Parts: sequence; structure tokens; C-alpha cells
Amino acid sequence: MTSGLWELVLKGVWVTVQLLFLSSLVAGAVSFAVGVARTSRRWIVRFLAGLYTEVFRGTSALIMIFWVYFVLPLAFGWQLVPMWAGTLALGLTYGAYGSEIVRGALNAVDPAQREGGIALSFTPWQRMRLILLPQAVPEMIPSFCNLLVELLKGTALVSIMGMGDLTFSGNLVRLALQESAEIYAYVLLIYFAIAFVITRLMRALEKRLKAGVGKDPGTEAAARELKRAQTTGVGAASGGAA
Amino acid sequence: MNWDWGAVRDFMPHFWDGLLVTLQALALGSVISFALGLVWALLMRAPTRWVRWPVGVLTEFIRNTPLLVQLFFLFYVLPEWNITFSALTTGVVAIGLHYSTYTMQVYRAGIEGVPAGQWEAATALNLPLRRTWTAVILPQAIRRVVPALGNYVISMLKDTPMLMAITVLEMLGEARLYSQEHFQFTEPLTVIGVAFILISYPASLLLRALERRLVR
Repeated sequence: MTSGLWELVLKGVWVTVQLLFLSSLVAGAVSFAVGVARTSRRWIVRFLAGLYTEVFRGTSALIMIFWVYFVLPLAFGWQLVPMWAGTLALGLTYGAYGSEIVRGALNAVDPAQREGGIALSFTPWQRMRLILLPQAVPEMIPSFCNLLVELLKGTALVSIMGMGDLTFSGNLVRLALQESAEIYAYVLLIYFAIAFVITRLMRALEKRLKAGVGKDPGTEAAARELKRAQTTGVGAASGGAA
Repeated sequence: MNWDWGAVRDFMPHFWDGLLVTLQALALGSVISFALGLVWALLMRAPTRWVRWPVGVLTEFIRNTPLLVQLFFLFYVLPEWNITFSALTTGVVAIGLHYSTYTMQVYRAGIEGVPAGQWEAATALNLPLRRTWTAVILPQAIRRVVPALGNYVISMLKDTPMLMAITVLEMLGEARLYSQEHFQFTEPLTVIGVAFILISYPASLLLRALERRLVR
């Protein structure tokens, strides 16, 4: 491959990384908003959040992308820049998957923690911010790591709409060189390398967050020991309150 | 926004054609992924690392790279090696291969979930290795993993639109063709979007019910 073609591939990598970053921000915001809404006390909020999740999880990411590209401009007159259209479609779809992770982790926090917050007369928002989320977020990280890799794989879909990401530039180089095996092997390797970096970064983040709530992610035994201490401590506190 | 029911009516024959292709791809892809996933899972239990290591690297690589690029790879590279399949066959193989790396982990969890006592009992009864697997371990392991496998079938369904990129006329392919011929994008795309929800949501409810019955 000539240097000009490599430049094309590097441009594609840059677009893919940008798209990954932006759509992961959208997906993260959506998953927290919808995931928290699904634990709400009002049934209508829970229902709407559940509806959102089922609709966006039920349909395919590629169809969402087609919808945002073709139907939004025709039906509503919203013509989005390709980058934002891709970000929106991917962010909304993968946000629906993420909201399940957030909901699961929030529900997995020991109920006594919430009761403790009520006993101390924290407002619902304070309980969420100071008690539930700090304990739930470290538990979400491994699932979010998987989701982020899925999102990375999802970014390849925008190439079908003609956006110049890594897959698209791979296709262009294939047309120029007629060396399919070589160029697609490179493209796959680059995606794999990005996924590898994501996995490493998320593992480091998990370690830091777990240390922040006094958990040692290193050894299973330590984690179990800690869990026992926490539950007994909380049990005593709620017993005292009752 | 103007919605044209006439366009929906005109699109429906194409829709049924597309649905048939989608379901074919889904059924064949599932069969490949179930079978190949079991092969990977068993190979990962091989006694020598010279088997485990390459299988581990290969499956990790397939799992962490986009299905779309894998589709392109098979679609454009295999003919260069003088292996020619139809586009649909290529797509089915790619989806089956991609998802086999997921079902492999499901099987692994299922096999590890079989209590150690079952292995010990098989040894105590002097069952040969093959019979231990086929009569003791796998029946128990697979029963547990059916709901998880079903979840991957639903994921696979949602990935079948990618086959459009290699010229397969499944639902999205039909919708795009119709849209380009009649310049009506809203109706076909919305119809197939709703169709996906109508298929995948009841399927996931069904799986949840199945999970309650099978996994105790």
C-alpha cells in the first residue's frame, strides 16, 4: 500500500474514533437518564422509559441509521450533518441497551442502603447521587466495557451511508488496489486494536472506581470479606433505626 | 409529515419476500452458530494449550471486530481464493461464525455450571469420556443455556439487515430497493422498523417465560 492510501485509512480511523467518542457520550447520557427513570416511583415515568428501551432495543441499529438519514429529513425537515446523524442513531440505540445495565446495577444495590438514606432524611436526588450511584457505577463498568466494544463494532454501519469511517476507507482502498484480503485484514486488525485499548482503559477505570468505594477488585476473597462486613454493618444500623 | 398508506400497500409484497429471506438467514445462521459455538467451547477444554491458545485468540478476534467488515472480507476475499458462494450463503456463514464466538461463552458457562458431583459420578460409574459428555454433561448444560442462546438469536435477527451491504435482498434490502425506485423512504423503512419490534419483543417475552421454566 502506498502512503497516500495509508493516509486515507488513518483519516478513516480518526472518523471512527470521533464517532465512537461522541456516540458513547450520547449513549452514556441516555442510559443513565433512562435507567434511573426506570427505577422511578411514578408508573408513568417507568412506563415511558420502558417503552423507549423496548422500542430502541427491539429494532436494528442499521434500520435506525437508515431512519435518521432518510426519514427524518423527509418527514420532519431535519437534515443532520452525517456525523451527528450517525452519533444520534448509534447513541439512542446503544443507550437503550445501556439503560438496562444502569437499571440492573441500581436494583442490585443492597436495599438497606436506600433505607439508610431515607432514615437520614436524604432527598431522593441526594440518595441517588450520594448513596446509590457511587455503589452502582463500579458494578456497571464491565457491562459498559462490553457495550462500548459493541458500539465500536456498530460504528462500522455508518459506512453503508457513505460516511468516511474506517470501513468506508477500507472499501475505497480495496477498489483502488483490488487486494481484498490484505486491506480487510488490516481493517479488522485496527478495529481489534481499538477494542483492546477500550478494554484496558475500562479495566483501569473499574479499578479506580472500586478503590473509591473501598472495594478491592483484585481478589475475590477480599471482595467477599468486604461484602459481609458491609451487610452486617448496615443490618445493625437499620436494626437500630427500627 | 405525510404518511401514504398506498405506499405501504404497494410495499407489502416486497416486505414478505424480504421477511422470508431474513428468517432463512436467521434460521441457518442460528444452526451454524449453535453447532460451531459448541465446537469452540469443547476445543477450549482441550488438554493441550496448543489447541486452547489459537482457538482463544481466533474467537476473541472475531468477537471484537465488526460483523460488517467480516461480511465484506468473506464476500470479496473468498472469490479471490476461487471459493464462490451466493451472497446469502456468505452472509449466513459470516453471521453464524460471528455469533458462534458468543454462543461459545454461553456453552462454557453452561458446562461449568454442571455440578462437580456429576463428573465424579460419571467417573465412579466408569463411563467412557464420550458417554460422559453426551449422556451426562451436555444434556444438563444445554438445558440451562437455552434461554441465553435464544437471546443471541434475537441479536442475530437484529444484525441480519447488514446482509444488505453484500447485496442480499432481506427486509432492509427490499425496503431500500423500493425506496429508491419510488422515492418514498418513510413508509418502507418505518414498516420494517415496526416489523422488527413486533418480532423481537414477543420473542424476548417468550424467552423470559422459557427461562423461568428451564432454569431453576
